Formats: sequence, C-alpha cells, structure tokens
Amino acid sequence: MATLNSNLPPGPLGQKWEKHKFSSKLINPANKRKFKIVVVGAGLAGASTSATLAELGYQVENFVFHDSPRRAHSIAAQGGINAAKNYQNDGDSVHRLFYDTIKGGDFRAREANVHRLAEVSVNIIDQCAAQGVPFAREYGGLLDNRSFGGAQVSRTFYARGQTGQQLLLGAYSALSRQIGLGAVTSHTHSEMLDLVVIDGHAKGIIVRDLKTGAITRHVGDAVVLATGGYGNVFNLSTYARGSNVTAIWRAYKRGACFANPCYTQIHPTCIPVTGDYQSKLTLMSESLRNDGRIWVPKKQGDKRAPHQIPEAERDYYLERKYPSFGNLAPRDIASRAAKEACDDGRGVGETGLGVYLDFSDAIQRLGEGKIRERYGNLFDIYKEITDEDAYKAPMRIYPAVHYTMGGLWVDYNLMSNLPGLFVLGEANFSDHGANRLGASALMQGLADGYFVLPATLGNYLATQKPDQRPKTDHASFRDAEASVQSTNRRMLASKGSRTPASFHKELGKILWEYCGMARSEAGLKKAVQLLQALREEYVVNLKVPGEEGGLNQSLEQAGRVADFIELGELMCLDALTREESCGGHFRVEHQEEGECKRDDEKFAHVAAWEFTGVGKAPVRNVEPLTYEEIKMATRSYK
Amino acid sequence: MKVRIKVWRQKNADSQGAFETYETPTLNANMSFLEMLDVVNEDLSMKGQEPIAFDHDCREGICGTCSLVINGKPHGPHRKVATCQTYMRSFQDGETIVVEPFRAKPFPLIKDLVVNRKSFDQIIQAGGFISVRTGSAPDANSVPVPKINSDLAMDAAQCIGCGACVAACKNASAMLFVSAKVSHLGLLPQGQPERERRVLAMVGTMDELGFGSCTVTGSCEAVCPKDISLDFIARMNRDYGYALIKGEPHRNSAED
Ligand code: FES
Repeated sequence: MATLNSNLPPGPLGQKWEKHKFSSKLINPANKRKFKIVVVGAGLAGASTSATLAELGYQVENFVFHDSPRRAHSIAAQGGINAAKNYQNDGDSVHRLFYDTIKGGDFRAREANVHRLAEVSVNIIDQCAAQGVPFAREYGGLLDNRSFGGAQVSRTFYARGQTGQQLLLGAYSALSRQIGLGAVTSHTHSEMLDLVVIDGHAKGIIVRDLKTGAITRHVGDAVVLATGGYGNVFNLSTYARGSNVTAIWRAYKRGACFANPCYTQIHPTCIPVTGDYQSKLTLMSESLRNDGRIWVPKKQGDKRAPHQIPEAERDYYLERKYPSFGNLAPRDIASRAAKEACDDGRGVGETGLGVYLDFSDAIQRLGEGKIRERYGNLFDIYKEITDEDAYKAPMRIYPAVHYTMGGLWVDYNLMSNLPGLFVLGEANFSDHGANRLGASALMQGLADGYFVLPATLGNYLATQKPDQRPKTDHASFRDAEASVQSTNRRMLASKGSRTPASFHKELGKILWEYCGMARSEAGLKKAVQLLQALREEYVVNLKVPGEEGGLNQSLEQAGRVADFIELGELMCLDALTREESCGGHFRVEHQEEGECKRDDEKFAHVAAWEFTGVGKAPVRNVEPLTYEEIKMATRSYK
Repeated sequence: MKVRIKVWRQKNADSQGAFETYETPTLNANMSFLEMLDVVNEDLSMKGQEPIAFDHDCREGICGTCSLVINGKPHGPHRKVATCQTYMRSFQDGETIVVEPFRAKPFPLIKDLVVNRKSFDQIIQAGGFISVRTGSAPDANSVPVPKINSDLAMDAAQCIGCGACVAACKNASAMLFVSAKVSHLGLLPQGQPERERRVLAMVGTMDELGFGSCTVTGSCEAVCPKDISLDFIARMNRDYGYALIKGEPHRNSAED
C-alpha cells in the first residue's frame, strides 16, 4: 500500500500557508544552480513554473509535445480568472472565494489547499498585469470584473473572451525570456513516454522526438508534470485533439497514485454533436446563461420549430427546478437537467440530444444591439459551426466533457507519493473536489506554477545532494527506454484491422454511456467488462501505418489511445466504488429527487488508486478529508 | 458531397515532394476541413497507405497550430478564421481542392503539410516580453491603463502565432507577427522601460532568421485569422526608427 501523507501544516487554516512558507527549506543560491528540474508541459502551470524556477536559479528543462510552448490548451479558456481582490467592494474576500470553491466542489476537496489557492489568487492578477496581460479595464484605467459561474460577487478578471490565451501568452513570455537567457532549455515536439524511478524517487523521463522518432533519456533532480487533464478519454470533448493522459498515466504505472479519476466535469453549454465524423465539441461560454433562457418542449417528441411552440407548452426546466439560481445553476446541475429532459424524449434538434438556449426575451428587453455587444463573438462562432443565426432562432446546446477534477495524488507540497515527482494544474487532483467552478482552472494552474511549487520544491531538494544526479546509463533509464521502444514496435508490428481512431471512438461511446452524466452500478459493471474486452482487442487487432523513425502521427495516437483505454477502466472502477453522488459524479442509486446525495460518513475521502499491473485489480488507498474550518452542508442551489 | 484533394506529400525535409490526388469518401457539408482530412486519413490507413501528416490541436481557432494553404490561400477561403474553423459547405460538391503547407524559408518542412515554426519562438525569446520576476509585481490597480490603450493592446495581443502572415507574403516577411507583439507591449505602461530594446532585438532576430522585408502589400492582414491590422506594422516602424536614432539603449546611462 502506498503511504499518503498530505503533509498539511499545523495551525489555523488562515495561517497554514504563511507558516509553511516560513518553515519550508531554502536552497542556497550556489546550490540552486546545481539542481536540474525536468518540467513536462507548458500550459499555464508548466510555463509559469518553468519560468519561475529558472528565475530562482535552478536549471530547468522544459518538454512539450507541441511545436511551440505557446500552444497548450489553457489557451482556449474563454471566461476568466477569479481572484479575491474585492476591487468591486461587493463583499468578496479570501474566505469567501475559499468557501465558494469548497462548496462548489461539493465538499470533496482538501480544505488547506483550497484556502491557499484563494490566498494566492490576488498575487496572480498582480503578476499577470505586470507582464502586460491586457485585462479588460474601466474608463478610469482600473481593472474591470464580472460575475461568473453563478458567483454572487464580481471577482472574475478577463481579457475579452480570450482570458486563457492572454494568461498563457503571459506565462509563455516569461518562459521565453528565460529560454533566451539560457536558463531554461526548451524541447519542443518532445513527448514524455515514461517516468524513470530510481530507488523510489522520480529522477527522469524518457522522451520521443516527434520529428525524428528518436528516443532519449533525460535526468533531473526532480520531475514536474504539468500535462493537463484527461477529458479526451471520452473521445469527444472540448479539449484540444492532442490533449492526453499519457504522461500522468505512465507515471501512475510507475507507482504514482491516481486520485478520484471518476470526477469529470461536463459543461452544460456546448454545441451538440451532429455526426459520427465529429472530432471536437465547441464550448459556448457559460456567460450566455446570464441572458439566455434554457427550455425544451413540454410534450415528448414535439418536432415543431421553436417559434411555433407557444409559451405555455415550453418547459423552462432550470427556472422551474431551481427558482433562486435559475439558468445560472452550477455546471454539473445544469448538465444533468439537460440530460434528463432529453432522456425523457423532449430533446430538440435532429438527434434529439439538445436543448434550446433562447435569447428572444433578452433581445426584446435589451435590443439586439446590446446582445450583439455582449455575446457577438459567441453568436458568430455558433453561426460558423452550425450555419444558424441565433439572433433569429434559439441556439441548441448540449453538455460536453470539459474538465477533469481527478488526477495524480499530491500532498500539500504538490508532491506525489513518489518522492521527487511533482504534479501541477489540471494534472493533479487537489483543489476542485468533485466539481470545479467557472474561472478557477486558470487560477489553479497559475497558483501552482508561479507561487506554490517554487516555494515548496526546496522541501524535497533539501533532502537531495546537489550535483549527485544519477547518470542516464543507470539500469532504470535503460529499462524504461527499452520498454518504450518495445511498446512502440509492438504497436507498429501489429497487423490488425482497426485504427487507433476507431478504438478511441468506441471507448468514448462506452464511457459517455456508462460513466458520463449519470452512472449506475449495473452500467459501470458492464462498462468495465466492455473496456477489458476492448483493451484485449487493442493488443491483437490494432493497425498502425508508418514507421518508427520520423513524424508518425498514427503512432503517437496509438500510444495515447492505449493509455486512455486503461484509464477508462480505472474511472469506471472509481465510480463504482464511490457509492454516493457528489458534484460531477452522479450515481442514480444515490439521489434525492434528482439531486446528489452525498454520504459523508462513508465517502468524505479521496480515493487514490495504486497500480499493480495491467489487468490486475488496483489498490484503493484512502485519504480522509477533515474539515476544521467549515461545516459540510448539503449543497443547495434551490 | 465528395471532393478531390490534391495534397502535397513529402516524406521529410531531405526528400523530394510531390502532389498526390485523393478522392474523398462521402462527406457531410457540416464537417470541418480538418474532419474531412481525418476521414481521408482513416480511409488511407485502412487501405494500408500512410495518412497525410498535418498540424492541428485546439480545432477552435485559438492555439495557432493548424496551418495549410487551401486553394492558394493560407487558412482557406474565408477571412478571419483559421483552417480548423473552415467547413466543407464552403466548397462545391466534386471540386478539386489544392492543399499545401505554409511555405517559407524560415519554416522548414518536417513532413507533408507540417512545417517547423520554431523561428517565431526565437523572435519572442529575443525580446517579446516584459522583464518581471514572479513575486515582484506591484498591486495590479497601482498602474492604471487608459481603456483605449488596453483595448488596442488586446487587438494586437490576439495574435495566435500561426504563421499565415509569413506564408501569404511573397517575401516571407514576419512583420505582422512581430509588430503585433511589439505593439501589444509598447501600448502599455508596463512595457515602456524596455520599449526600444525590445523592438531592436526582435527586428534584429527576425532579420537574422531569414524573414524577408515588408513591402506593404497587405496580404498578411488579408489572411490573418485574428484580423490583426497593418497599422501595427506602421506603429512598429515608428518605434524602430525612434530606437535606432536614439541608439543602443545600454550605451546611454539614463533615459531622459
Ligand atoms: S487547430 Fe488551433 S487554431 Fe486551428
């Protein structure tokens, strides 16, 4: 069994981080130069931490599979970033942001981590503004805010509908500066394919150069994974096509625990699926729910055009069920309600898998000009994709996979149970519990990267001797490299009849059906069986064109899909054993009139899974969640 | 619908490339252009042929990874969108569509339609930033920025770094890309201390990397998926001229 010590600092919640920073080990500047840190990923977390660690004097090696460190999918976040600045004087505070995040996560996140996140949020805005991030401003020149994701205060900072892009380009500029100074070595087109563990410590990675196919070994005194979430396990999602689980999955197979894999976020406002060819789902920012009203026909199978359905025959189901939050109900709740309506045969559009998001009232009230001003770019995107005009007819939307709250288990220092392995951003599990609130993913990525890891890394490095890294001819490096080679060669040699993409589609359908918005014991058991069969078929019936050397996108995909299939099984197992409903995890057996019914007595804990071998049952380790500051309450938005 | 695609195939930088023509399987007009390529690639894989290598990631027009010159135009027939935001309904049933990589000397070809745009990163590394260490920033509201400046800075900052401007330019000039970053940072008070140093370093690196010079034909602006304006080039030229006249910043002991 793995040991899970969360290493929470003692003392009152509000002082933990301050005290922890004070008691954390400092590395003297002469020694910092001697430590080499391997960072995988250059999204918000990876880029910000690479830059900051280099500024502190460490040698940093940064690896991305993209062609440039500016491409990671953090770039696509639209809405904004939360910070407890209280610039609007509307009653916000660190404590309120902390509380909202814990409640939003349905009391399944670690209290001390979330409090730290809220504290650090204010520094992030300062840092980004100083880098030149062009945040929205008021005429007086000060920063503008908006409310987002159902929050009752305006604490969200934004840069038009492209906040993620601007924050990422800010972090990329800081990283680029360090690359230019020679303090960071940047490896692009470089995919991590294994973690090297020596005497129980993470000491390096195995990388494939995607341009040449060359496999290389890279050693570090510590390894940092900031490789994002795994929502593409569903095949269709709002993620970038390249987003994958491979880096953290292979670390899991080397001993790092995977926490709460079943916690996935399904975003309510995406453009519905239209056909089997579809590769990607597009998010429509949830800010649309500020003015759009969501409805379906009251009658089943009502195929009339929306304007032909009279008011009395429409069901504004969110307003009906949640009178106080209405169309602004949190993401998990709004998504589930849409699914219920469609399952009930009242969905709209050709496939019946869609609900209306209707702006006609708002247009009548405010005029089309105002709506255009607020959401023009989103209406344009909608038009471009669907060829429909949402000023004239309601949009059709449907939930889609958007974020994963689960990830590798980390302690308060962001170190996994494998010493020397640190995990940041969406790749770890720590801050969002069972559901993430809007505008807090960007906050967490940058908090981890700019402020948390640079302060906590010393606690590990102080236990290591500077300049005493293992050599890359160590047996563990050799073995890891050989295992990567043989996996790739086996896939290329396989003479089956199905492409990686066809397996990925099938995997996605199984998970969406049985491990999506509503999960049942029978369904999850069935999914486990289907996935085991799929895993076995993958070994014998795969077809991967091309060669080992040079650019081979099919081979890249084949490796990633193999990992996704194994992960899918673990997600179902996690969902099966968590016999309660919380946040994004909804077990049909555990509900009260359609609402999540938590079981705090049995499940107020993190489930951290430990690998024991492919096809063997993993071990379910448990970290209890204890709340010192706040009382667990039923999460009601009625 | 079905179309015929005439695609540039090239095994690697050292080998000879050539056009190959493929008939697509039946398509849906609501498919994106990249989904059409996915369908063609599945078809090729099933026939035991190598799929066409092309770059893509976010598929929503923001990451800057997708490229392609479609019927002679970088990012295809429509203005203000990237290739990934181009849909098959923009083409005729039965049409032959020519698909080529972004061609420019500073973007060496890797395979088929994939080129290496590392030179863009190198330009940013030379000076496309504000030097501010993590943790050293003042309170964000202590430096007010006129809204008009921050809005204009945002217009420039939207650049996704795709390289279409270079591919469209007969001289392979990177002026639109470089001027977007120079303008974004130069419009903000935070960017002033390094303003001259930045423009000199970035333009110098751009020249060293083999990008051509700008003759203001405007083809870059016409293909830019983010509608970055030529005005930023004029702005950069002003900054550059001023910085040249003023001389190397580090030779002067202080700013006056
Ligand atoms: S794939 Fe990201 S911009 Fe086209």
